[in-house]
Amino acid sequence: MGDTAAGILGTDEGIEGIEGVERFGPDRPLRLDSGAALTCFEVAYRTYGVLNADRSNAILICHALTGDQHVASRHPITGKPGWWSQMVGPGLPIDPQRHFVICSNVLGGCMGTTGPSSTNPATGEPWGLAFPVISIADMVRAQAMLLDALGVRTLFAVVGGSMGGMQVLQWAADYPERLFSAVIIAAAARHSAQNIAFHEVGRQAIMADPDWLGGEYAAKGPRPEKGLAVARMAAHITYLSEAALQRKFGRELQRDGLSWGFDADFQVESYLRHQGRTFVDRFDANSYLYITRAMDYFDMSAAHGGVLAEAFRTARETRFCVLSISSDWLYPTAEGRAVVRALNAAGARASFVEIESDKGHDAFLLDEPVMRAAVQGFMDSAAVARGLA
Amino acid sequence: MSVAALETAAEAAAQAARPLGAQREDFREILRLVRPGSRVLDVGCGEGLLLEMMTREKDIDGRGLEIRPDNVAACMARGLAVVQGDADRDLDHFPARAFDYAVLSYTLQQARDPRHVLGEMLRIADQAIVSLPNMGHWRVRLSLLLGGRMPVTKTLPDPWWATGNIHLCSLRDFTDLCDELDLRIDAAAALSGGKPARAMDARTQAANLMSESALFLLSRRERPPPSPQPLAGDRGDLFG
Repeated sequence: MGDTAAGILGTDEGIEGIEGVERFGPDRPLRLDSGAALTCFEVAYRTYGVLNADRSNAILICHALTGDQHVASRHPITGKPGWWSQMVGPGLPIDPQRHFVICSNVLGGCMGTTGPSSTNPATGEPWGLAFPVISIADMVRAQAMLLDALGVRTLFAVVGGSMGGMQVLQWAADYPERLFSAVIIAAAARHSAQNIAFHEVGRQAIMADPDWLGGEYAAKGPRPEKGLAVARMAAHITYLSEAALQRKFGRELQRDGLSWGFDADFQVESYLRHQGRTFVDRFDANSYLYITRAMDYFDMSAAHGGVLAEAFRTARETRFCVLSISSDWLYPTAEGRAVVRALNAAGARASFVEIESDKGHDAFLLDEPVMRAAVQGFMDSAAVARGLA
Repeated sequence: MSVAALETAAEAAAQAARPLGAQREDFREILRLVRPGSRVLDVGCGEGLLLEMMTREKDIDGRGLEIRPDNVAACMARGLAVVQGDADRDLDHFPARAFDYAVLSYTLQQARDPRHVLGEMLRIADQAIVSLPNMGHWRVRLSLLLGGRMPVTKTLPDPWWATGNIHLCSLRDFTDLCDELDLRIDAAAALSGGKPARAMDARTQAANLMSESALFLLSRRERPPPSPQPLAGDRGDLFG
């Protein structure tokens, strides 16, 4: 699978990996849950490490809402290290020296995989809102087609946090025979009313931006950056705990004294504005609408007759590791436990740990020693069972 | 090093070794008891030693419940399927009669609601294997009678203010609770001071007086006896 050295050698900037784009034509259409189909689409991905001779060491990493395929290497736009450099790299739980690591940009995304900002082959214009509404299952179906194209039949593991964890659950429901193990971090088997509510705030912020133009901004003018930035600001609050925000910013001011106006007096305001401003450089507003919609539609229990355990009936041979974060109020521990309860009811092999951290949902992206130890132990023992170690 | 310091060090070493030694004694009996290939839930499985032994030697299909995250991580590193949770609250993670055995090793006395825990174990599993220290043991009685203090013994090594044991009982107390919950004692064995376990009739005064701790195999009376059905007391080889 290409250049070994480039895939393995670590540098200060993360590991290099190999970038690729798989193009699917009318001979390989993607059938969507909505009933529509995409007859021409692309999946952009990055791989690290080498697929072994018996093709048993592949790990698929599923990214979160605003993540992308650059999981362990420098981001081409922001220049920042890979978003999961704490988990993926030499000597880490997901190790390109031992595993063939694949991460693809999700369907509907804006980092190379087909989404609403891609060109609609029927019109030659960007899709905009003509792009079909997609689901988490559609994203997973596209990933499975990519793996087929890469010659990867079975996965040693599929791993993801947040929306990535939802994809892992969907993998277990739809392709259990292709999974040896599954790691689900800070995720849920359905979106709650509160989850949907926050996403709706973000979508309304985007659609209220005059530059959004009914989703046709790409062809006509400036992008709806203000709306997308506000969406990001609101969402970002949900990724942090109250304690983490308080510790980081408290009521600290940007300058001496109040402005008696509406500048960013408080450091927390300045921080959120910065988060919003930098986000628009790397993300597309319509992608944000489509992906948040896919998350809101996600409800694995409803898709299985109201009984979540039914989703996992055929995944009894898969080893599951479910982790939650104690201060995560976006996907709280109760959601992780509901998944574990269903896995146990289905007779699957499930382990569960609540990671003690006051850093909120985003702790899954940070270096949490207990989380890393749990994933490391789980992956190592699974590797022994799979004959990889 | 002074004699006193040596004694203190020896005492500390003995204290440290005791809980593990006591556990291994009941581990050996539990290991002997479970049928090969059976489904076992270890409630309060710690770092997963017993589950690992049962998986290796009896080819069981095992699951665990453990309260400490670091212990759960250790279990995962052993390749075990263990859920972090509390026996009092989280046994509802497991569906009815999903297991042949639910094991509770020296943990019942730490439960907030031992009745509920026992009931849940026998909802989840056909049989429960429970080991517990016996407050009816003569040494405990003597210690309280002569010393006038809460007993500190091999199986109860912590002082009253540090112990997690909040629901201690004697064998008589325990068999009374089994009757009240309509549980059948399929087998019982006395565990004392590292000696091989002896099958016993847990309802006798002698058993209550002479057993430091005990191991029970329990099932619900309303259910037909699981087969092969061990008979309490008359099968010495069952527990060794």
